[in-house]
Amino acid sequence: MTETIKTKVLVIGGGPGGYVAAIRAGQLGLETVLVEAGRLGGTCLIRGCIPSKALIHAASHFATMVETARESRFGIQLETPPTLDFAQTIGWKDGIVDRLSGGVAGLLKRAKVRVIEGWAQFSDAKNCTVTTPSGPLTISAEHVILATGAQPVELPFLPFGGAVISSTEALALQEVPKHLAIVGAGYIGLELGTAFAKLGAKVTIVEAKDQILPLYDDKLVAPVQRWLEQHDVALHLGAKALGHDEGCLNIETREGETIALPADKILVTVGRAPNTFGWGLEQMNLRMSGPFVAVDERCATSTRNVWAIGDLVGEPMLAHKASAQGEMVAEIIAGQRRRFAPVAIPAVCFTEPEIVSVGLSPGDVPAGVEIMIGQFPLQANGRALSMDAGDGFVRVVAQKSDHRILGIQAVGAHISEFSGEFATLLEMGAVLEDVRGIIHAHPTQSEAIFEASLKALGHAIHI
Amino acid sequence: MGRFLFRLPDIGEGVAEAEIVARAVKIGDHVKEDQPLLDVMTDKATVEMTSPVHGIVVALHGEIGAMMPVGGVLVEFEVEGAGNAGEMPTAVAEPVAQVQPAPKPEPEVVKPAATSPASAPLASPFTRHRAYELGIDLSHVQGSGPAGRIVPADLEAYVQRQNAPAVSGLSRNTAVHDTRIVGLRRKIAEKMQEAKRRIPHFSYIEECDVTELEALRQDVNQNLHAHQPKLTLLPFFMRALVKVLPEFPNINARYEDEDGVLHSFGGVHIGIATQTANGLIVPVVRHAEALNIWDCARELTRVTSAARNGTATRDELSGSTITLSSLGALGGVAATPVINHPEVAIIGPNKIIERPVVHNGQITIRKMMNISSSFDHRIVDGHDAARFIQQLKRLIEHPAIIFMD
Repeated sequence: MTETIKTKVLVIGGGPGGYVAAIRAGQLGLETVLVEAGRLGGTCLIRGCIPSKALIHAASHFATMVETARESRFGIQLETPPTLDFAQTIGWKDGIVDRLSGGVAGLLKRAKVRVIEGWAQFSDAKNCTVTTPSGPLTISAEHVILATGAQPVELPFLPFGGAVISSTEALALQEVPKHLAIVGAGYIGLELGTAFAKLGAKVTIVEAKDQILPLYDDKLVAPVQRWLEQHDVALHLGAKALGHDEGCLNIETREGETIALPADKILVTVGRAPNTFGWGLEQMNLRMSGPFVAVDERCATSTRNVWAIGDLVGEPMLAHKASAQGEMVAEIIAGQRRRFAPVAIPAVCFTEPEIVSVGLSPGDVPAGVEIMIGQFPLQANGRALSMDAGDGFVRVVAQKSDHRILGIQAVGAHISEFSGEFATLLEMGAVLEDVRGIIHAHPTQSEAIFEASLKALGHAIHI
Repeated sequence: MGRFLFRLPDIGEGVAEAEIVARAVKIGDHVKEDQPLLDVMTDKATVEMTSPVHGIVVALHGEIGAMMPVGGVLVEFEVEGAGNAGEMPTAVAEPVAQVQPAPKPEPEVVKPAATSPASAPLASPFTRHRAYELGIDLSHVQGSGPAGRIVPADLEAYVQRQNAPAVSGLSRNTAVHDTRIVGLRRKIAEKMQEAKRRIPHFSYIEECDVTELEALRQDVNQNLHAHQPKLTLLPFFMRALVKVLPEFPNINARYEDEDGVLHSFGGVHIGIATQTANGLIVPVVRHAEALNIWDCARELTRVTSAARNGTATRDELSGSTITLSSLGALGGVAATPVINHPEVAIIGPNKIIERPVVHNGQITIRKMMNISSSFDHRIVDGHDAARFIQQLKRLIEHPAIIFMD
């Protein structure tokens, strides 16, 4: 007879939503079981945020040395160009992934969460059978937290397999492709495209819209586009991918011309879709909202005591949103009164240079709200220049009537680290005068936040 | 020996889950086919589930009060033969009633809370969290910080003010008794919430002179044959509705707003709002158009008693196309009745009182009654509602017309 587990909380999915929910539930003394078919850490740790950041970091090192070998920089000259053993780079990245995934396992253990490796299949909203390496077992739970995540969207005319790869395979390549064609200029395509360009691939990016990073405004995107152009990354905007032949990707350009782009690998990054199939969602009778599971502000689904978090419940599909929702749901199950109502969910983009956006951009501000904008260029920031990274700016958007800060965006080197200060200012309800009253350390790029706020108030010092 | 899984069947009408309210068997019991297993409560009806098999109960799922999804396993049996689950309870063993996931995805994507309007109260996450825990809407709290930012002290001051002692010397009773709203009361709560949330109600109240009707009713009741039931006011209303409704097909209807379809009915199925010991239930007199006034009275008594003593079947508790809600002897000048969703109209006769009125140029004492009504304004225009009630009034004031062909 199969083992049957009865538990208070069952978490499906061990990504940044699910594992955080499970740890918090465990901390609160709730009996908790987490089911994960793959490795603990989910997309973020195993095949997303973390491995891509490792790759980007290594690629930047390599690119700097290649440039230094080509021409002397800051008086430094390399006699011979550097060599790259890409398999070792990937090995180093895998080491980081292993360490973090192991760390998650340790944290779950400490929180007394029972982790079951296997694929869950629900027979109704509260019961599932898990196929584990040691045979099937059934789990019956009082509360179910669904955190099944999302996966790359496939194009019907460019199905994954062979030369056509998704971000998952791109992060596990054993050698740098000579010619890499990327379909989709969202943040995933651009981050990986930038990294592979730095590693020596000839990168071509095809985007159906007229702008790269269509979710950001053109001012934020301009420095990224400049970098791509300066580093010979070919951009085909307003172009459609048609299909592929041996060694090339066929596209129709904006002008209607059909051309073949050389491509050893074709990376398709046209978005991510929630994982709603293959685990019995249809048995649970949950209300849907488009492709996502519909939830209220407490992440409650239409069935009592069934909760859903993260990519499964909608945009933005970001790890930190999933974690915040997971933590909250665990606390609600433990009897606390909580809801998911952040002022802003920060978004960062590890392109060259980096982009960070928190809250409203000028174009998102509702009609009828008068705003003031302060933008400070990194060209006028000592620290940015001393890092040879002057392309970029910090922009503060505030409401004219009371100077409340509605949003802050920035583009520049290492600028993603500002997401914390930006979010803090928005969540704490800062007005421009608050930023004026905060001393920012010199010499750091953070002075640009201070200066941008002064600029909005009409009296910036350094421009 | 095999294992048989008894799953919560699809009880219809889009019911997605049911509450277990009572159990009739325990683990180890030998159960015969058709023997009662448990009671579950769905939309207003408590349904007895009987065993489809002979067998021994080996597992029970869900406690009393638990909501079970349709298709969820309620009872596991060990049975002669193969059963329906083989040796192990597999994930999807030919479910008795498989529920399709919601077929119509709503097009709009969940908007992240991040794009909060620029007018939201300004407060730190801790202050917002505290306010939410205390159930305080921050838009009522005066902020003392820049741009009206609400600091923890502002929230504290607001709470203090709310709890300030009165100057009269009378003390406050701060006792709070918590009652979990479960069972029928929860069903009523959900149903009312649904009706009020979905339906833009408007109410219309008219005064009727029921002197003639009351004279007729008293005379009839004093001269009843042995087989005839005593007549209350409601059978007259039922017959009057039958007479008036053919001209107003949109009012004798059910509006399935999610599908955008109005079902107008030929037959008149009258819901009768009935107060029971546990709360409000609406049993239905079906096909009132095929019942004479005596049958209306008998059927009315039958379904309301069934509702009161809990023997009403699911069929007797659903499918009404218009509802009568009489507050009867309790009085009250007027009411704004809540429509029994997905119907589009509800009629509520108020108390009859004797009042001096001007009748044929003279002040005389007449028996007067108000009729309160509510309509779904998405379907029924004010003009049509008024015409409908005016025609109903004519019949109630001159009851002979009810019986004229």
